[in-house]
Amino acid sequence: MIEPIKQIVGTGVPIPGADIDTDRIIPARFMKCVTFDGLGEYAFYDVRYDNDGNITKHILNDAAYANADILVAGINFGCGSSREHAPQALVKYGFKAIIAESFAEIFFGNSTTLGLPCVIGTKDDVDALKAALQADATIEVKIDIETLTVSYADVSFAVTMPASAVEALTSGNYDPINELLAAEQEVAATLKAQAYLA
Amino acid sequence: MGKSLYQKVWEAHSVKTLSDGRTQLLIGTHLIHEVTSPQAFGMMRELNLKVRFPERTFATVDHIVPTENQQQPLADPLADQMLNELRKNADEFGITYFDLASGKQGVVHVVGPEQGITQPGTTIACGDSHTATHGAFGAIAFGIGTTQVRDVLATQTIAMGGLKVRRINVTGKLSPGVYSKDVALHIVKVLGAKGGIGFAYEYGGNIFDEFTMEERMTVCNMSIEGGARCGYVNPDQKTFDYLKGRNYSPKGADWDVALERWKSFASDADTVYDDVVNIDAADIEPTVTWGISPDQGIAVSDSIPDPEQASNPEDKASIIEALEYMKLPAGQPIKGTKIDVAFIGSCTNGRISDFREVAKYIQGKKVAANVKAIAVPGSQVVDIMAKQEGLDKIFTEAGFEWRAAGCSMCLAMNPDKLVGDQICASSSNRNFKGRQGSPIGRTVLMSPVMVAAAAIEGGIADARETFNF
Ligand code: SF4
Repeated sequence: MIEPIKQIVGTGVPIPGADIDTDRIIPARFMKCVTFDGLGEYAFYDVRYDNDGNITKHILNDAAYANADILVAGINFGCGSSREHAPQALVKYGFKAIIAESFAEIFFGNSTTLGLPCVIGTKDDVDALKAALQADATIEVKIDIETLTVSYADVSFAVTMPASAVEALTSGNYDPINELLAAEQEVAATLKAQAYLA
Repeated sequence: MGKSLYQKVWEAHSVKTLSDGRTQLLIGTHLIHEVTSPQAFGMMRELNLKVRFPERTFATVDHIVPTENQQQPLADPLADQMLNELRKNADEFGITYFDLASGKQGVVHVVGPEQGITQPGTTIACGDSHTATHGAFGAIAFGIGTTQVRDVLATQTIAMGGLKVRRINVTGKLSPGVYSKDVALHIVKVLGAKGGIGFAYEYGGNIFDEFTMEERMTVCNMSIEGGARCGYVNPDQKTFDYLKGRNYSPKGADWDVALERWKSFASDADTVYDDVVNIDAADIEPTVTWGISPDQGIAVSDSIPDPEQASNPEDKASIIEALEYMKLPAGQPIKGTKIDVAFIGSCTNGRISDFREVAKYIQGKKVAANVKAIAVPGSQVVDIMAKQEGLDKIFTEAGFEWRAAGCSMCLAMNPDKLVGDQICASSSNRNFKGRQGSPIGRTVLMSPVMVAAAAIEGGIADARETFNF
């Protein structure tokens, strides 16, 4: 049994830009690996370092945000490839949840399975949160998965997440392997019914 | 009310409803490659799990293989380790593996169809977002994450929520010089890079009926660029003709049984779709991208967008960001933009028909002196066919390098990479920042014939002019 995930409380970092794709979250050249260990240091590598390997002015390099727990982003976060290396890199980097205006589907599913909740806020709410975090890196942000609310300072706003993801996270069932394994006989029967010929 | 192919395949492959409300879905065919599978096998070992139906998983190596010197051990020790890991996992778990010595190796989405592994009326999963390609055969085919690769290995199923279905009709007549790649780029441009989130795309209309299987694959391949998890074309006689006699296709009496089964999955005539989009083929032009998202495309005769003309602040910001990265001048014609590299290959356009089509036009022409041009077959089978037909000679005589099969310059996991801010005319599917290996490298997506025209002219060109269509 995995621990249920009902609440995430911590500091946040606003990531500028829309359509942050998985190549940007973890550039492909760092995917030459046979385990996910050590991916954290390459998260967002190409925005954190310039072409000569120097540290950039990106907000992720700002010491004030170094230990942020919650990533706050714009629309279509995680689009592109199906690589689980992307959410794995974010988890290993230290993120515990993501708030964005929307997520690409495969990324969302991969993240949920890892226990990295992705909640969706409206543009206005997300922009306001980003502005608040920009002004003060120490603000404590709370994501409540059961009530689907995000609160910080004296602000609180509603977020959305598909019911199945809420259920999976709050029940501690987000890694479905045991449930999938348990249905072995039904699986065999469904497979037999297909009568695949190759 | 009729059912769509998506619904029929989904229902036939549903095992049960899980406690979180998702469906436990049977995966008919599982494809794996070296990048997204080793960690899954690691998880299998950690949990002491066996591969439940090893005969339903097929492996090949594509992303990390060098296309020049394939002598093993590979020069890059990390790549060599990945290669060995896949071999070890395939051996240990009893999985069919099309390795470099097999004569069948190649980009996983090229290999599946040409071996006859990709079949209608089934679910196909692979730890790779371009798995949508296989939808061209009337399969529900989609990319999965590595933990799900583990789930498929261990149980032949995954947990998944259902999708809505959007029917996209392309009808009318494509003008000469307009290819299926242009149809794909046009659809992504019209519906946006996130327009397909939550949808399966069903492609139809006379254009898709007339398309060859390879043309259908090019469009299905780029479904994910439009945000759709999968895209498919209903199976028809072309599908069956393509599959007949292939290595893994059913044979003899089994063929007739399979045919009946496959036909039964096609969408019913009275299917009611969640959404319908109609596109006039006459509106589609040879299309090129100008930005850093696949939906940032324009007709080759058009001008690069001007942020000042954007309809809203978000569009304006994204145009500015894209043009800064691409170093392209707002409002100027895109035609004539100098290129440094030309790449023909990938799972979008690395099939035999792509090389045949380009070969028709480049004979007697020469790649511009300042351009490095590479042609990379999508699989060893394509490579062998091309050589039998003498296509490789036509390419090399025109100044292209003819390489060995692999993902090559579609992404940066092998030695084929852009350097600095080089700009590449590419027949691949993604123009993300850094996609082709240099963090500041630039990609312009287009059809293979347009890539050839750009290679010859030394800059983005209208292939219809270059080749006198
Ligand atoms: S050719 Fe490109 S898109 Fe296709 S599988 Fe290889 S890397 Fe992915």
